[in-house]
Amino acid sequence: MTNVLIVGATSAIAQEVAKHFAAAGDHLFLVGRNKEKLAAVAEDLQVRGARRVETFVLDVNEFDRHQEMLEAAESALGPLDVVLIAHGIMPDQKQLEQDVDLALEVYRTNTLSVISILTPIANLFERRGRGTIAVISSVAGDRGRQSNYVYGSSKAALTAFTSGLRNRLSRAGVQVITIKPGPVDTPMTAHMRKGLLMASPEKVGRDIYQAILKGKDVVYTPWFWRYIMCVIVHIPERIFKRMNL
Amino acid sequence: MRTYESWGRFPKVRHRQVIPLYWRTEVPRLDAFERPVLPHGMGRSYGDVCLNDDGILLDTTPLDRFIAFDEEKGILRCEAGVTLDRILDLVVPRGWFLPVTPGTKYITVAGAVANDVHGKNHHHGGTFGRYVTRFELVRSDGSRLICSPEENADLFRATIGGLGLTGVITWVEFRLKPIASAYIEEELIRFENLDEFFEISAESDVDFEYTVAWVDCLAQGDHLGRGIFMRGNHATGYPVLTPGSKRRLGVPVDFPEFVLNSFSMRVFNTLYYHRLREKKARRLVHYEPFFYPLDAIRNWNRIYGKRGMLQFQCAVPYGDHKEVIRAIIERIARSRRASFLAVLKEFGDVPSPGLMSFPRPGVTLTLDFPYDGLPTMHLFDDLHALVREAGGAFYPAKDTHMTPEEFQRSYPRWKEFSRFVDPHFSSSFWRRVTRGGEA
Repeated sequence: MTNVLIVGATSAIAQEVAKHFAAAGDHLFLVGRNKEKLAAVAEDLQVRGARRVETFVLDVNEFDRHQEMLEAAESALGPLDVVLIAHGIMPDQKQLEQDVDLALEVYRTNTLSVISILTPIANLFERRGRGTIAVISSVAGDRGRQSNYVYGSSKAALTAFTSGLRNRLSRAGVQVITIKPGPVDTPMTAHMRKGLLMASPEKVGRDIYQAILKGKDVVYTPWFWRYIMCVIVHIPERIFKRMNL
Repeated sequence: MRTYESWGRFPKVRHRQVIPLYWRTEVPRLDAFERPVLPHGMGRSYGDVCLNDDGILLDTTPLDRFIAFDEEKGILRCEAGVTLDRILDLVVPRGWFLPVTPGTKYITVAGAVANDVHGKNHHHGGTFGRYVTRFELVRSDGSRLICSPEENADLFRATIGGLGLTGVITWVEFRLKPIASAYIEEELIRFENLDEFFEISAESDVDFEYTVAWVDCLAQGDHLGRGIFMRGNHATGYPVLTPGSKRRLGVPVDFPEFVLNSFSMRVFNTLYYHRLREKKARRLVHYEPFFYPLDAIRNWNRIYGKRGMLQFQCAVPYGDHKEVIRAIIERIARSRRASFLAVLKEFGDVPSPGLMSFPRPGVTLTLDFPYDGLPTMHLFDDLHALVREAGGAFYPAKDTHMTPEEFQRSYPRWKEFSRFVDPHFSSSFWRRVTRGGEA
């Protein structure tokens, strides 16, 4: 039996990952902003077989409540085995170029809140010598592109942060997983055109669950993004800066 | 990624907008839109009941959460977009089954309510709507109504078989059926002609929960209406409760039109008839191939090519039914346009709960035809005339061809029903059979 904390539990991807834990009969602690949505997700997971599901209403930008959240999770379920960070926002890039407050909001929500949540958890897991931390970053963090660089760079910070954390905690036996999905068909991308490369939340959720079970380090999902991003990262800047990406 | 068309891929229509519904607590105010709206699930109905030309579709498939499952009593509550496939995965291992299932499990539970679907056990169990205990309906004025046989009973009866026109169903609660095995004890019997079909059907009525027959629509003369009768019951002596496999083949491209011609159809029908060597066979089969043989191929509708196909399903009341069914099959045999899926079944007299439910006592015949323009239309005109004269009815979920007169005569409560249609809801089908709501 595994004790799982999911932050951003009402996101489409998080729900799909959680279904796998539920089917295995695990214990889940779900954190999200909206009480009604959390209740809908919790009910679903209970029917699917989760032995225990608790919810906690939190806006991740209330940094001073992160400690309270962690204590609530551990007092409800006992010591955590898995922490999945799945929250994030992606406003329109054009709007972000005009609105500094919104750009900073992206960093607060996608990056700073994760550092704030994970720092005490990392120390806790390090002391215990066990645990898995999985963080949803993005392929958009592999290289900044004009169409999406505010969101992309907020995720690039997560990629580097989790890379360092993995390096530090590997000695303690703590697994840190950086997850890089390509575009996924979720409410976050509802305004985008659904191309061939758009993956289903179900597929991405399954990949993430497998990565957690197997203790992977860096996971691209679907898998082919590893090769697409490898090409994109290696385009010389002289050429890249003129490209329309 | 998703295209919004019906399973027959005919007619082709354009929608102004598709709005996915992600949360049952967050349905937008639907009276704010300038165009009429229509809920759309898996798009497995064949004609235009799931289409809304120049209007707005509400995609209910993201509403795919379970809400509560009483494993003792077998009562399941889930969101509108949960598919029968997901329900089976959940309930079969715990010893429960769908009370009624159509020939595909890739439909949403709200679609099963809206079309009041039926299956091979109609003569015993009636339609899906009979097992619905309650649901929530969101109307365009934002009101949320719990509908059950006791509460908002009028809307309850209008929404079962109501083709999505009475509001958005956000969740459904219904009763399941206990099973001891995921397997079916099946009997296959070859019949030489229609008379023999009716004999076997009558003899199977009491002892077999599931009955259906496949008919070779190209055989003529003495063999007119020959086919294979399939009947079965849930197995009792084989306590295995595994749900179906997830492996499915796909049809990668639309088949070119010449693939399905009268010759290939004749070969298929003849081979299918003779696959049963002896007169009668018994076997133990998993529920998957028994109920859902076509679900093994993900998008089998593509074999009909880009132009799509037309489905035909009628119910002919008892009386001259034998002669009428014979005349219909004769007309099809003459056209040399047979289908893979000619299915014959007798409906029982269990009353359907909805104002607009299709099943009624009599014989139901289902066929599909590749759409090739006028010749198909002429054939349909003739088939419709035969059914009309017999006082029969057509199934909206399969229909592209019903006239307003045919609709209004075979669904005599349609005026009563139309009072419950939400003023901001409509569909291509509804406008067609009511002449744009003016009829």
